Amino acid sequence: MKEFALIFRVPSGLGAEVSPAEMQERMTFWMNWMGGIAAKDRLVNSGNRLGVKDSKWVGANGVVSDGPYTEVKEFINGYIVVRAENGDEAAELAKGCPILLGGVGKVEVRPLVAPDNNE
Amino acid sequence: MVALICSRFGVDQIDAAEDVVSETFLAAAETWGLKGVPDNPVGWLYRVAKNNTLNGLKHERVFRQKVKRELVKGSSSSIEPQLDISPENITDSQLRMLFAVCHPSIPVEAQVSLALRVLCGFTIDEIAQALLTTKANINKRLYRAKEKLRQSGVTLTLPDDVGMNERLDAVLITVYLLFNEGYYSASPDKLLRKDLCLEAMRLAYLLTEYRGGSGKAIVRPDVYSLLALMCFQASRLEARVDAAGRLVLYEQQDSGLWNTELINRGNSFFIKACDAGALSRYHLEAAIAWWHTQQGDSREKWENILMLYNRLLMLAYSPIAALNRAYAYARVYGKEAAIPEAEGLELTGNLFYHSLLGELYLGVDEGKAVGHFEQALELASTEAERAVISRKIGSCRRS
Repeated sequence: MKEFALIFRVPSGLGAEVSPAEMQERMTFWMNWMGGIAAKDRLVNSGNRLGVKDSKWVGANGVVSDGPYTEVKEFINGYIVVRAENGDEAAELAKGCPILLGGVGKVEVRPLVAPDNNE
Repeated sequence: MVALICSRFGVDQIDAAEDVVSETFLAAAETWGLKGVPDNPVGWLYRVAKNNTLNGLKHERVFRQKVKRELVKGSSSSIEPQLDISPENITDSQLRMLFAVCHPSIPVEAQVSLALRVLCGFTIDEIAQALLTTKANINKRLYRAKEKLRQSGVTLTLPDDVGMNERLDAVLITVYLLFNEGYYSASPDKLLRKDLCLEAMRLAYLLTEYRGGSGKAIVRPDVYSLLALMCFQASRLEARVDAAGRLVLYEQQDSGLWNTELINRGNSFFIKACDAGALSRYHLEAAIAWWHTQQGDSREKWENILMLYNRLLMLAYSPIAALNRAYAYARVYGKEAAIPEAEGLELTGNLFYHSLLGELYLGVDEGKAVGHFEQALELASTEAERAVISRKIGSCRRS
């Protein structure tokens, strides 16, 4: 089995207010999705959510800008690490991710590279 | 008692200590039969054991001194050996023995047998019955475990602060395993199973009583959460087996038989567990067990149980937690939604995987339900399990 990072990407500028009830519901979706992966013994690392407030990006020559790095109006808001035979299988696990529910988010599947792998 | 003697004279004297204890109980059986039970039977036992131990040691000392005299013809500083039988020392010795028994050199199944033998005073017969194996097996296991203790030079000193944390993890695992052996044992002896559970709880409680040299408690919050977990689970010991010794599933239990005193004790342990420190798997399992002590069904109850199983699995995977999560999922989102969750687990060699799927397919696809129950029947290893599953198949066919 190999390890894959599932990276959650969402469009920027979706700053709509979320009610506490909606927040609760979203949390439940996330917990059920991650719990389901863990129940298959495929969760390597619960990863982290990545915040937007107080984030920066740093460029060469001491350039520092505010906010998460957005490219094509999209930024990363979290990741987890799972175990799968190959990329296709990891993508299968990613299909239930709640980030996809709104129809605009995406999950990027990236294999983790072992330190001794120089391919 | 074995623990007490060993803590004074060393783990390598474990066989001698067991002999002394057997002799003591034999003496008790004889004397008490003739003269009646003394006022303080426990004190009596400890006093007699002390005398037997000292006598045994005198023989050994005489022998050693004689040999020594031949060799060095010198002085021998003979100090009368002492055996402190105060309650504090008894507790302390048992704790030391518990940590020695859970030494990493000993496989965990052997730790359970050894704990039952030297800390809980079970006979070889009882251990074999409780663990559903033969006496010969248990004897072998114990022999090897004691050899390991000697070879590894395990002493009855408590590990230092750094080693303590790691060893405490092992102790908690063994104590919990001991409890589960009692709780889930298919042994027909109901009293024996209960004894096992109570002994596990006693050992965990012992951990809360320990104060180190500096008077500092070794207690970590997870000791209390394990205690709470065991109290909550044990509260259903009476309700989960019927008069004929058959297993009664949770939904069919008479909640009037649940032990409220144990539930209350569990609650107070759980409050202590949540006072401070990190969240452990025992916290999550205790919280799940707490929700199970709540009578009746509500959406809130099963939503919380599902959430706790999600978190437990994210912390540490186990097949049984994965199956229980799928069951909780069914209680919240319905059987049909839970079927893919359960099938995704791919635990095809697991009895409970098939009985769960059988249960979920009931009323959805009777053919598949029967198929899974039949596979479960093939995997079942005890009469009690086969009886439960056969009843299920029977009721499927009739409907």
